[in-house]
Amino acid sequence: MNANALLPLPEATFHILLALADADRHGYAITQDIAARTGGKVKVGPGTLYRTIQRMLEQGLIQETRDRPPPEQDDDRRRYYRITPFGRSVVQADLARLTELVELARARGLEPVAEKV
Amino acid sequence: MVATHLYAILLRLYPAAFRDEYGEEMHLVLRDRLSASSGLVALLVVWFDVITDTVQNAFRIHWDLLRQDMRYTMRTLARSPGFALTAVTVTALGIGANTAVFSIADHVFLRPLPFADGERLVKLWENVPRYTRLELSPANYRDWRSASTSFESMAAFHMQSVNLIGEGDPLRLNGWAVEAELFPILGVEPFLGRHFTTEDADEGAPETVVLSYGLWQGGFGGARDVVGRTIRLDDSMHTIIGVMPPDFFFPNRGGELWSIRRFVEDDFQDRDNNYLQALAKLRPDVTVDEARVEMDVITERLERDYPEENAETRATVVALRDEVTYRSRMLLIALVGASFCVLLIACTNLANLLLTRAIARRRELTVRTALGGGRKRLVRQLLTESLVLAATGGLLGIGLASAAVPLLSRLVPTRLPIGEVTALDLRVIAFALVLTAVTGLAFGVLPAMRGCHIDLGGLKEGARSGIGGRRGGLRAALVVAQVTASIVLLIASGLLVRALWQIQAVHPGFSAEGVLAVHTPLPMSKYAVTTRRAEFYDRVLTEVRATGGVLDAAYVSFLPMVMRGGIWPITVAGHQETSGTPETASLRFVTPRFFSTMDIPMWSGRDVGEGDTGEAPYVAVVSESFAERYWPEQDPLGQSFHVAFRDRLVVGVVADIRVRGLEGASEPQVYLPYRQVPDGGLVFYAPKELVVRVDPERDPRSLGPEIRGILRAEDAELPIAEMRTLDEIVREETAPRSTQIAVVGLFAGLSLLLSGIGIYGLLSFGVAQRRSELGVRIALGARTSNILAMVLREGAILALLGSVFGAVLGYGAGRAMEALLAGVRPGDLGTYTTAAGVFMTLAGSLLPALRATRVDPIQATRVE
Repeated sequence: MNANALLPLPEATFHILLALADADRHGYAITQDIAARTGGKVKVGPGTLYRTIQRMLEQGLIQETRDRPPPEQDDDRRRYYRITPFGRSVVQADLARLTELVELARARGLEPVAEKV
Repeated sequence: MVATHLYAILLRLYPAAFRDEYGEEMHLVLRDRLSASSGLVALLVVWFDVITDTVQNAFRIHWDLLRQDMRYTMRTLARSPGFALTAVTVTALGIGANTAVFSIADHVFLRPLPFADGERLVKLWENVPRYTRLELSPANYRDWRSASTSFESMAAFHMQSVNLIGEGDPLRLNGWAVEAELFPILGVEPFLGRHFTTEDADEGAPETVVLSYGLWQGGFGGARDVVGRTIRLDDSMHTIIGVMPPDFFFPNRGGELWSIRRFVEDDFQDRDNNYLQALAKLRPDVTVDEARVEMDVITERLERDYPEENAETRATVVALRDEVTYRSRMLLIALVGASFCVLLIACTNLANLLLTRAIARRRELTVRTALGGGRKRLVRQLLTESLVLAATGGLLGIGLASAAVPLLSRLVPTRLPIGEVTALDLRVIAFALVLTAVTGLAFGVLPAMRGCHIDLGGLKEGARSGIGGRRGGLRAALVVAQVTASIVLLIASGLLVRALWQIQAVHPGFSAEGVLAVHTPLPMSKYAVTTRRAEFYDRVLTEVRATGGVLDAAYVSFLPMVMRGGIWPITVAGHQETSGTPETASLRFVTPRFFSTMDIPMWSGRDVGEGDTGEAPYVAVVSESFAERYWPEQDPLGQSFHVAFRDRLVVGVVADIRVRGLEGASEPQVYLPYRQVPDGGLVFYAPKELVVRVDPERDPRSLGPEIRGILRAEDAELPIAEMRTLDEIVREETAPRSTQIAVVGLFAGLSLLLSGIGIYGLLSFGVAQRRSELGVRIALGARTSNILAMVLREGAILALLGSVFGAVLGYGAGRAMEALLAGVRPGDLGTYTTAAGVFMTLAGSLLPALRATRVDPIQATRVE
């Protein structure tokens, strides 16, 4: 599948890919990671999470992994997800797209301003 | 724990496949989130998030699946257009037939009447031996009204047709004289102006009228300033005070104008002068049955008070909604039954098609299952397919129905205070949509479930697919159901056709061909004097008879089959009353040569003559059945009897005619000379119908303009409301029946076609499924004809089984609609033989088609 056909990535997809970029995680850990990284601004409910995961599995962005943590930390009801090389290239392509957008805006003298919390 | 249960309920919103896959983990995510939050507010926030999250995502996942399934369905259907076309057509026919019939039945039976508290409106009639619904006499009406407590209010009305003069050509209007209480009882507000108040009924108050919307549009061009205008009706001036709304029909569809009915003391003298209809509104807490009980008490007391006039007189209280004759009700119910048969056939056919397809696609489905496609997902996919087919068919069916409804509209009885059905409305369309959804689901589920009973062993190399025993049984059951339903329809339509023939074969007693009937409503204010009227008849008849092409002409009070009433009590000196048969006869005044014009045979004596005037002895011509009842084995000529306030001498006997129509019995007839009536007496019976027998070589209608000219020259103010041939009148007698038969017949044809498709499908599919088995048989020496015979035997058994069920149910249907059969027996052998013949012919025509499904042993036995 062509990476560009999936762009721009929906917000939930983008954040899940980021959450899996450095480690395999199970569903709740993904939402935890997203909440921590965005300071709680982005909330992903279970419905959105698994609907998105289902689609990402179909698109080949992520895969289920058999590597599991040591038994004392594991709950065998959990499923762990890992980013695929294709998923990595897609998120990179989206980052390139975003960067380009930011560059274009800068050229016109627009600077990103942090949102007031 | 509670949280888990709650979430489990929420999860049910998701598609089953999704829930199965991720449900458990979603529970875990929620549990973690809940344990991470403390405090009531935090918990509430979590739950709020979870609920919105579930609703949004469940909807989106369903939508995604639907889109996927739709795309898939479109692709697969496009690959088999023959299947898609058949399925859609079958559904369209089933839904179309039912929607059209439902829209009529709903209009007549189910929908509330268009009046305020319509369910509390009742009609009151006198109930006397042999007539359960006789009009009331004013005196009885007054007593009923003052004595009863079951009703909030009561109003009387009666027909009072008038001539509208001075607004272009004179117009004959279907008018009704009503009491002021009538409109408030109906609770309908006028479209323009006002309706009557009790002041309008005061003696000496100016005459007022209310117009129907139709008359306002047609007769007055819809002019807004019509209220307050003065018009001439017959010989008196009336002020228009209001116009009723377009959907107001009362007491039946024909009502054009309403005037006020004023009672004077004289009206209450004669308790036998029955001409009033009465409408009443029940008190909110009173049922029709309670009102009946009260009316029984009242009428029993009145019988004691007036033992002569009110002998055996009781009241009939009937809901306004039920003012439909039993026969028109049966006509519609039979149609509803027939349309359900068509739907049943369409549905079984659809189920059969889908099942066939599911089985044919077993390999594909098995592969998908083997590749991990969930079973529920497959069922959903198959259901989507059947729903898409049903929905397309349903939409087409609604289109068909909206085209058919105007044609069926003549089945709406004109006696009811409702209009025709002109188009499908939302209610009916909703019905059609529900029907479509049920069809799609109910008949898609079965094949989907069966089709998905998948055994992965089916994929093993060389595995033979056959009709598994159970699956084959289901398909066979569906075919039997189809055959049964089509046989029922064939028998029902056959019986109805026989009944129609039977009725059409009934001789009306006169010859209708070549007779033109012209309605010339003489305004009685001008023609109340008998000699004045006689002069008019003489001049008109002389001129009409002198017109080229006219064989004869005469005047009569009413046309047979158009006016069925006009019944009078008869007294014959010395005659023993036989209980059960009332001593009544239908009374008509005629001019000479009425019998020869109508071709009514004269058995003995003479016609009424010009010499039978008020000064001469009062005479009568009676019908054969009248003579036989009162003077059996005696010469009726010279006998005398009492009718209409006078003793009359019998001078002639004629054949009986069917006054009340071709179906059912008519009273004996009495004809009186048109001059033997006192001035202003019995004006209702003054002859107004001109009948003209025309040279058989000529079209009776072609004489219309000339006759119109003669009447115009005689009295320019005389409206000529209607000009019809007697033929048309007789044909109209059976018109609703003919429509019904056309529809039921069409349904029977459709269902035959559909079950033909079903049987053919089953057989050819059976051949295809067993191709390799048959191939082996042929290779081993079986002849093609043997094989064909084997396949046909299976079909024949199913057809026979269906025919037996169909014959039994058909007999039941015949019994249920016996009232419609006009004496044809529900077990009529001819009908059954014909139905069987038609069915066999159709089945036989499948043979050549089947022969074409040749099995080539080499191909068939080749390893797949």
